Amino acid sequence: MLRRASMLLARRPILAASARPFSTDLPAAPSADATFTEAWTKVIPNMDPPKTPLSFMQPRPPTPSSIPSKLTVNFVLPYASELATKEVDMVIVPATTGQMGVLPGHVATIAELKPGVLSVHEGSEVTKYFVSSGFVFIHANSFADIIAVEAVPLDRLDVNLVQKGLAEFTSKLSSATTDMEKAEAQIGIDVHSALNSALTG
Amino acid sequence: MAMAALRREGRRFAPLISPRPITAVRSSPIVPTHEDEAPIGVRYISTQVVRNRMKSVKNIQKITKAMKMVAASKLRAIQTKAENSRGLWQPFTALLGDLPSVDVKKNVVVTISSDKGLCGGINSTSVKISKGIYKLNSGPEKETKYVILGEKAKAQLIRDSKKDIELIITELQKNPLSYTQVSVLADEILKNVEYDALRIVFNKFHSVVSFVPTVSTVLSPEIVERESESGGKLGELDSYEVEGGETKGEILQNLAEFQFSCVMFNAVLENACSEQGARMSAMDSSSRNAGDMLDRLTLTYNRTRQASITTELIEIISGASALEG
Repeated sequence: MLRRASMLLARRPILAASARPFSTDLPAAPSADATFTEAWTKVIPNMDPPKTPLSFMQPRPPTPSSIPSKLTVNFVLPYASELATKEVDMVIVPATTGQMGVLPGHVATIAELKPGVLSVHEGSEVTKYFVSSGFVFIHANSFADIIAVEAVPLDRLDVNLVQKGLAEFTSKLSSATTDMEKAEAQIGIDVHSALNSALTG
Repeated sequence: MAMAALRREGRRFAPLISPRPITAVRSSPIVPTHEDEAPIGVRYISTQVVRNRMKSVKNIQKITKAMKMVAASKLRAIQTKAENSRGLWQPFTALLGDLPSVDVKKNVVVTISSDKGLCGGINSTSVKISKGIYKLNSGPEKETKYVILGEKAKAQLIRDSKKDIELIITELQKNPLSYTQVSVLADEILKNVEYDALRIVFNKFHSVVSFVPTVSTVLSPEIVERESESGGKLGELDSYEVEGGETKGEILQNLAEFQFSCVMFNAVLENACSEQGARMSAMDSSSRNAGDMLDRLTLTYNRTRQASITTELIEIISGASALEG
């Protein structure tokens, strides 16, 4: 009983500090928070300082000395986390410079995404999503964060609607007058042609 | 004589249902809620007034209970959205870290609050934190501006910081919150406001009873460059290769804008959840308070009623004994 009580006592401050009850101590993170909290308490002594996002996040592991065997992928969308710390073999992302394959041990990169197909390779199975746009961060510790605005699995796309959309935007581009309309029509064409090639290719 | 007594008795029983004219004139319009007994012979307040007050308190209790139910159902709807969006800002913090103590010239504080009231103290907390950040970042050559989302913060900040307010946005929750709406909003803010660092103040939703005021910092691409060159927290950023685009600056610009819209989306959802949770607890304590008030009023009512009956009995009996001689 004493052991449980001490466990509860030990766990409670961590529970209070972060929304994730099982996060361990944050290694280098508190230094920024510490300067902030000190400055705050000096200027506004009556109020508790506000929390910052670092206190709500699980810290990332440091870069290992040898290349790990698996890539850990976080694939997030505004309304859902598609993949959260999933260990996979490879992902192929549609970067603006073309399809980019990411393996464990990839050099740290920040890449912007263009509309295209994202495929996640785990063992023998491949999951493909059509991504509208976003960013991908590849960290040195073989963590990949893919943030997309919209992503759908390929089997949810309707070929007819894609063709219709492509025709519609092509006609809009030819009839566009202002730069804004031209840009919008061009974006529409880009997305729809990417959809088209995703469905056919 | 007996007939007169009976007649008087007959008259006496009627006013138990409706107040007697003499009592109505004597009674004060304000309900006395003190429990102590007045000296004997004094007419008490009319029961009608107490009964009216009881009816209105009961109605208020019903309304606050209903508001609590409504807030609970709205919270359920929006809580799943907020929890799903929590993964959105984490990659940015993992890449760029979080530097709330960064020293910049142009600060912009984005305060997120609710449009409707009756939600406890969360809006005042947000405003106090915003004012604290303003104070923290005040200094020579430094300026801080406000961007306000929501009516409640606008009402509080417009009183003393009117000249520092850049943009006010209200009626955010008229349509259900979506990423497109928030990204359009973020675009507006980024277009119209010059910034070196954006500090977003909101209430993070931990549970139905706990809302933590939080500040998220988004830096402009120039400041990100500056911090990464000077080493420290963002020093590793240089080691990241930047794919695509003509220059690194362009990608960083897009990154900063994307980060702002993602962080805003999460912040707005969390604040909406906190608002509903705070409203639930505020309405709950209000119904409980109304219930207590009702109990006290019931006691006063019964005491008043019994006192008036006793007074009448005394009058009858003293009248009868006076007649007997």
